[in-house]
Amino acid sequence: MQQRRILDEFTINRELLRGNLNTPKWWLPTVLGLLVVVLFGFTLMGIMFNKGVGVTGLNRPVYWGLFITSFVFWVGISHAGIMISAILRLTQAEWRRPVTRAAELLTVFSLMTALFFPLIHAGRPWRIFYWITPFDFSRGIFPNPRSPLIWDPFAIGTYLTGSTLFLYVALLPDLGVLRDRTTGWKHSFYTVASLGWRGNPRQWRLQTVAGILLSALMLPIFVSVHSIVSWDFAVTPAVEGWHSTIFAPYFVIGAVHSGVSAVVTMMALMRWLWGWENYIRPEHFDALARLLIVVATGWLGFTFVELIFGVYSLEAPERALREMQMFTWPWNLLFLIFFLCAFAIPVPLWFFKRVRNNIAMMFWTSILVNIGMWLERFLIIVPGLARKQPFVFTWDSYTVSYLEWGLLLWSFAWVLMLMLLFSKFFPLIPLFETKESQLFTMDVKIGRANMPAVIRE
Amino acid sequence: MVATNSVLGLYDNPDAGANAMDGLKSAGFPLGSFDVLTGTPYPEGAFGEYVPQHRLFRFPFFGAMVGLMLAILFTAGTQLAYPVITGGKPILAFFAMLIIAYELTMLGAVIATVVGIIFESRLPNLNLGAYDTRITEGYIGVVVECEDDRVEEARGVLQTAGALEIKTA
Repeated sequence: MQQRRILDEFTINRELLRGNLNTPKWWLPTVLGLLVVVLFGFTLMGIMFNKGVGVTGLNRPVYWGLFITSFVFWVGISHAGIMISAILRLTQAEWRRPVTRAAELLTVFSLMTALFFPLIHAGRPWRIFYWITPFDFSRGIFPNPRSPLIWDPFAIGTYLTGSTLFLYVALLPDLGVLRDRTTGWKHSFYTVASLGWRGNPRQWRLQTVAGILLSALMLPIFVSVHSIVSWDFAVTPAVEGWHSTIFAPYFVIGAVHSGVSAVVTMMALMRWLWGWENYIRPEHFDALARLLIVVATGWLGFTFVELIFGVYSLEAPERALREMQMFTWPWNLLFLIFFLCAFAIPVPLWFFKRVRNNIAMMFWTSILVNIGMWLERFLIIVPGLARKQPFVFTWDSYTVSYLEWGLLLWSFAWVLMLMLLFSKFFPLIPLFETKESQLFTMDVKIGRANMPAVIRE
Repeated sequence: MVATNSVLGLYDNPDAGANAMDGLKSAGFPLGSFDVLTGTPYPEGAFGEYVPQHRLFRFPFFGAMVGLMLAILFTAGTQLAYPVITGGKPILAFFAMLIIAYELTMLGAVIATVVGIIFESRLPNLNLGAYDTRITEGYIGVVVECEDDRVEEARGVLQTAGALEIKTA
């Protein structure tokens, strides 16, 4: 774990602010390319709002499809930030330092994206305000807090607000650095954004306390958010496969699995795009892969328990659903891909140190996990609704329309574009955390040995 | 009225910065009137600095209370204002109220904590006083707030500790 180079503050500023103070050649074409996809997505939304939700593949009885799958998926990805940032901060794991900002950012942008999907899914998004807020006194319409669909906006709103504030507070010292390195309107912008940060001991002390205090506050929110998302399904007794008491922890650990994998994907991209080899090192991927082995194994346990709970009840409809999910075409193919991608391929590979330290391998295995985890949500949501029920005569199966695929593509382009825009104005790796870690690498003499001040990574 | 000046000494290593802080203490400048500015969070006490107690821990409790009250107002208020029984549940469904109450309590605590961090850090304060941009590049700044008659004395102490440059604002 001693692969780092000793860097002075000047070098750290120059290297980590490379993308902020100069524009890399690839940046503008990439952002413009993503913008085209994003505008295409917004056009698709416009078409859907104009024509109605009939242009999607949604129909009775499958009234929740790709949009809700993508909503759960993006909420899951958002769990990366707090998992990495808060837990590693509280445990004072040294290897968290280059990862925290990007992870928090992923939380904010993926939550913003997740919020779009229920709005799109509703078909008439402006009516959601009647549904959530108690403002329409003239018509006597009030929200129903007994519905889990009301719990969602509160949980996600709290998580998004908290994560954004968490991100901003940790940005303050770095905004001060940018203020000192810029001129003109940029200088004025960073002066106001940094609130006049000077870096005195009082401010540093509060910054440290803030990291711990906000982490401690955000962790319970993080657990509650995906629990509440799972209750959208779990409190619905009418659909087999949804009504399960294990859903809350099962969803949370699944979210951590996909979220941490997304952080690995993003770290590999950051290292390649900005050339941050001194900061995002193989040891960080090694540590994240070890963490992923534990998380993935825990998630696999919950997957089996959830399955066993369904089958063990010996209720015919529940068993018929499991049979459909695993053995009936085309669900059996999706199930196989899901299991291979989410666990069977990546996890055994991560047992090898050579794979854990190979950034390309980590990148591709983390992408596999998220393909698998998206399919997991699809297999939870759709088959339960699609299974033929007795005495119901309006029936259709679910085929994802091109419009829905287009909006799924839009969501990835949207998140990537927001990340790249952020990277132009703010540092993606916390400067002050990196500088602090350099202090801890200074040698301490113990007997005749010279040891780094921090040996825990 | 006596004008207050801000005098900054700039050092290229932490030891010199710590010496300047010791010098100011010995010269009788009151605690709280001089401070060290760094671009890195050095371990507490590295410069023998005085850091007054903060009251940050009170903020989340206050915010949580406000959030909880708002949650009760929202959940009970809307249900009582539109009392329709759904799914055989009581009008004031405790479990459902608890979920929203939990989220808003936490939201209140987080917002109040962030307000507390900014307030206790004495921000926003866009007037930086005597400051040097090299502080965020690894230099150590020692800044003294003093009246006109002690400016020269402060400059002398900072210079003796090996300041590379001294600025007054």
